Amino acid sequence: MFAHDFVRNAYLAGTLIALACGMVGYLVVLRSQVFAGDALSHVAFVGAIGAAVLGFDVRVGLFVLTIAVASGMAALGRRGQADDTVIGIVFAWILGIGILLITLLATSAQGGQGIEATNTLFGSIYELSAGAAQIAALVGLLVAAAVAVAFRPLLLSTIDSELATIRGIRVRALGAAFLIALAVVTAESTQAVGALLLLGLLAAPAGAAHQLTSRPYVGLMLSGALAVLAVWGGLALSYAIASLPPSSAIIGLAALFYALATLLRRLRSNRGPAGGPGGSRDPNRRRILMLRAKGDPAATRRTSSQPIG
Amino acid sequence: MSANPSLSLNLVSDVRQLLTFPFMVNALEAGTIVAVLSAVVGWYMVLRRQAFAGHTLSVMAFPGATGAALIGLPTALGYYVACAAAAVTIRGRGRGHRGETATIGTVQATGLAAGFLFLSLNHQVLAGPETLLFGTFLGVSRGQVLGLLVVALVAIFALALCARPLLLATIDREVARAGGLPVRVLDAAFLLILALAVAATSQITGALLVFALLVAPPAAAQQLTARPLPGLALSVVFGLLIVWLGLGVAYFSPYPVGFWTTTFAFGLYLLAVAARRLIGSRA
Repeated sequence: MFAHDFVRNAYLAGTLIALACGMVGYLVVLRSQVFAGDALSHVAFVGAIGAAVLGFDVRVGLFVLTIAVASGMAALGRRGQADDTVIGIVFAWILGIGILLITLLATSAQGGQGIEATNTLFGSIYELSAGAAQIAALVGLLVAAAVAVAFRPLLLSTIDSELATIRGIRVRALGAAFLIALAVVTAESTQAVGALLLLGLLAAPAGAAHQLTSRPYVGLMLSGALAVLAVWGGLALSYAIASLPPSSAIIGLAALFYALATLLRRLRSNRGPAGGPGGSRDPNRRRILMLRAKGDPAATRRTSSQPIG
Repeated sequence: MSANPSLSLNLVSDVRQLLTFPFMVNALEAGTIVAVLSAVVGWYMVLRRQAFAGHTLSVMAFPGATGAALIGLPTALGYYVACAAAAVTIRGRGRGHRGETATIGTVQATGLAAGFLFLSLNHQVLAGPETLLFGTFLGVSRGQVLGLLVVALVAIFALALCARPLLLATIDREVARAGGLPVRVLDAAFLLILALAVAATSQITGALLVFALLVAPPAAAQQLTARPLPGLALSVVFGLLIVWLGLGVAYFSPYPVGFWTTTFAFGLYLLAVAARRLIGSRA
């Protein structure tokens, strides 16, 4: 099957986009920001239509609007995170504007052309050109690398923002930078592989990884690996079964991983909750206990004075 | 309100003109039912910070409709079944744990993936995917209005039954549990009521616009008052305002209903935030 160009392109773009989604997703889930990612993927869609109406390059509109909305979300919320309700309201309005733009596009003279442009944007992963696949792979690689580099401070500012501040981490700025990274990966993958795939790869592998391990680095790797595995398996499956769309196959696998991880966690916790340090059932507390085990004085003070959970 | 030239200054004649068309009457009736239902259920949803769950349930319209078309069942039934299934799955892992958004996101992606699969298995063309996403506000039939009314009454009655314990369980979970309330059962019950409301609403407004009615009116009301009953009443008033204005203005303008309702919803929320700031600074 690798004799076909379209399969090679799909695997190239899919692998690296999945890696980025899995790694970003690990933190997105930890920060409870899946909704923000979901909203941003719809924003990307509206940005693309807007650009088509105004006659810009569709890609520009998509990236500009997505990153702008992500910055807005960061500015509105505490800790550089937006509130669910605010996301919902802004999200609904942006979709409303999207409907207006579609109407304008459909009634304008060059309407057919514009609709075609937006359609190709949200095409299947099997319809990527070689150039588009390379760009998608590059963006995926860059975002994955950025997350790997900034993982330690991001993790600390997520699980314990006070401790992070004491350590001199600029929590708000970091949160905003993270949302923008999320916007970049969202914008790129929405146009390369579709909004559906993005959401699934952001949520399911990371959710599975969080249930399987509470060790941050292991979880990060696992999340990335599961996402890549879902893409490889899903592409192969949909190649073998003609009526199975690739996105459905990939998401199906990712959701299967998630369900299996849930099952595994239930089986483990039924064997009896482990007591003592490192065995706490609250993953946050467990992480802080691990920091304390490494001799961090601030973490020691925090666990002894105000237990979490 | 509108600068449209075809609009006369006489509001009464404008409204009369609106009501001469049966489709407008149906739309207004359906819109009114949906506005009240989603304002009441949404008030709890916003208080419980479950907007993402609400959005995910609204998206279930897609697999619901495509699945129903595949096996030849009525579309509306597909909506309700898919929404209820999603609500049960989301609840499976409980509420408020870390990774809750992962569960909801996975459910949403899986639902959409299933929808695509159904669509590709069903070789006949589905009646306009845009209808699914953006609703059929102006194509509501008489029977649909009656069906909506029944569903809305059931949902509001169910919510009224557990209104007080649900409020306590939302505001202070620990106290509610200590007081012997079945907190997890209440979580599940609320999600099912939300599923019912969303399935009903999304048939009219489309999956993507449920939010204009489900989030904005309650969020605006909660900016202005924290008291439950006045808040609920205000939320209903806001919801009605958004729907009536949206339908009325859309009738006299060339732009779609969805754009107007979401814009009024957003504007209303901004006004409420501004009003709260103003009141807050004076106090």
